[in-house]
Amino acid sequence: MQLVDILHETKTALSANKARSGLTILGIVIGIGSVIAMVSIGQGASGQIQSSIEGLGSNLLTVMPGFLQPGRGIVSSGRGSAQTLANEDIEVLQQIAGVAYISPEFQRRFQIVASGNNTNSTVIGVNPDYAQVRNVSPAAGGSFITEAQVRSLGRVAVLGPTVAQDLFGEGNNPVGKTIRINRANFKVIGVLQSKGSAGFFNPDDTVFVPLTTMQKILAGADFLSMIAISVQDKNLMPQVQEEALLALAQKHRVDPQSPDFSIVSQADILGALTQVTDTFTIFLAAVAGISLVVGGIGIMNMMLTAVTERTREIGLRKAIGAKKRDISLQFLMEAVVLTSIGGAMGIILGWAIAFAVSKIAGIATAVSLNSVFLAFGVSATIGIVFGYYPARRAASLNPIEALRYE
Amino acid sequence: MIECKNISKIYQSGNIETHALKNASFKIADGEFVAIMGPSGSGKSTLMHILGCLDTPTSGQYFLDQKDISKLSDEELADIRRGKIGFVFQSFNLLPRATVLRNTTLPLVYAGISRERREELARKALQGAAFPEKFWNHRSNQLSGGMMQRVAIARALVNNPTLILADEPTGNLDTKTGEVVLETFQRLHKEQARTIILITHEPYVAGHAERVIHIKDGEIISDEKNNQQVIIKNNATS
Repeated sequence: MQLVDILHETKTALSANKARSGLTILGIVIGIGSVIAMVSIGQGASGQIQSSIEGLGSNLLTVMPGFLQPGRGIVSSGRGSAQTLANEDIEVLQQIAGVAYISPEFQRRFQIVASGNNTNSTVIGVNPDYAQVRNVSPAAGGSFITEAQVRSLGRVAVLGPTVAQDLFGEGNNPVGKTIRINRANFKVIGVLQSKGSAGFFNPDDTVFVPLTTMQKILAGADFLSMIAISVQDKNLMPQVQEEALLALAQKHRVDPQSPDFSIVSQADILGALTQVTDTFTIFLAAVAGISLVVGGIGIMNMMLTAVTERTREIGLRKAIGAKKRDISLQFLMEAVVLTSIGGAMGIILGWAIAFAVSKIAGIATAVSLNSVFLAFGVSATIGIVFGYYPARRAASLNPIEALRYE
Repeated sequence: MIECKNISKIYQSGNIETHALKNASFKIADGEFVAIMGPSGSGKSTLMHILGCLDTPTSGQYFLDQKDISKLSDEELADIRRGKIGFVFQSFNLLPRATVLRNTTLPLVYAGISRERREELARKALQGAAFPEKFWNHRSNQLSGGMMQRVAIARALVNNPTLILADEPTGNLDTKTGEVVLETFQRLHKEQARTIILITHEPYVAGHAERVIHIKDGEIISDEKNNQQVIIKNNATS
């Protein structure tokens, strides 16, 4: 029997009972559609997290005081309490090949006052390289901390947009105005462009001052809360991380196996977060997958009914010379065509749902080509799996009994 | 050429054995028009199933064109049916939603014959069964019983079989349309020298054949030439 003939039979059989075929297809449409939509929401979320992590600065290594136990996650309770990073460590790190910029940072929360307004915010002491490393830039009309200001303990500050708004109100340009941090006056020289929150850190709600000013005037301590290292090339990351670990361990005279600091790469942070979103995606897909299985059972139910209804027809076909293979192929093809139509429509539906979700709810979604192919493959497989038993039953009917069937 | 040698068929359900056929032996030459007649339960259906290669005998041998087919597997039997047997059933057994042409070509579909060739053979078969051309593209469930049976005859003819087996072909038809069907068989027998086996319980229907085999309780009780063959005048056609 040729494929065209099988398809012709399939078309006739499926169009004979349009309502039933339609409802069966609907089951698959809902199944595939929800899988596509759910996976797209999950992948969209992970894509969003990835881009906001990368937005923190590219090819970044972060050296933090205190030792993070592997497997204990990236949120350290001891962070900031350990005082093991010092200004001298910068020079050691600068010797390492492949390092582009180094940004030592000292951060602490202070009360900030300006023109009668009050806010409690994070103040970070930085060097000019911070802008390159962390991917921040001042809005038009302002500037970032300069080398000269760092050297001269300049009392200048760059505001994050949220802080600027809290202190000076919307629409007012704070550049040139004076703010008080911990009872010291600072001149505002710039406001950063808005970046949005990234994970646990919101660069918009921050005030930047020169590192020297921070250490000597505001905090009165000369350790660092972290050192950010920007690496020239992504491929050099592991190598630089390794060398930085050894160099700092030697400088601190500690065992590299249990140093008094830790170096976290962006890949580590990303890995931890994608693990979360992957779990989330799998959970959503599993819930949607259940409806797909229910749809498959619908297919099987319909095919079993069809086999019973068409017993005499099967008997006739066998009497005029159809082999088992011909009969089972015919019924299998019906199931596969049903699921394929359902799969194609489900992909469109899932796509539409993903689009609607991102439009209405504002959740990022991403329909990947992979999930489309996967969904189509899954629906065809469901056709074969759930169509196999009815097809085999049809093929194994005895022609004499089938012809007598009332 | 058909030859049955001591064919027996025993159905077993639990401990009860039913002897549906007991040592049936006969020969049917090519081009014969034979009626197998007997009351219900006589074993004529069992005989038809064996002759039509739908079933195999419990013992004995059945030769179709010198080939012993009594020990073949289901799949081998399907091959034989496809090439050598044409069935006409009491209840027509057409595909209701398919056209007349499609119904007629169905056996050729399983034989893997090209579409053009199928159409050609179907036309010839439909003409042979005297089926009017204007209904060729009608769906078979739009036809009358007599018309349906002629489509079924065309379907039985289309693969140019050695043997046409008609199981109570007039059973669902009134006398007049029944006669048209019987006339079609007689004409096919005469004009195309077809071998036709007619299975019936009605002596009147059997009277249209050249030779009548009586069967009762699974045994052949008589096998003789029909001297009073009813010849239908060629006037009832279409």
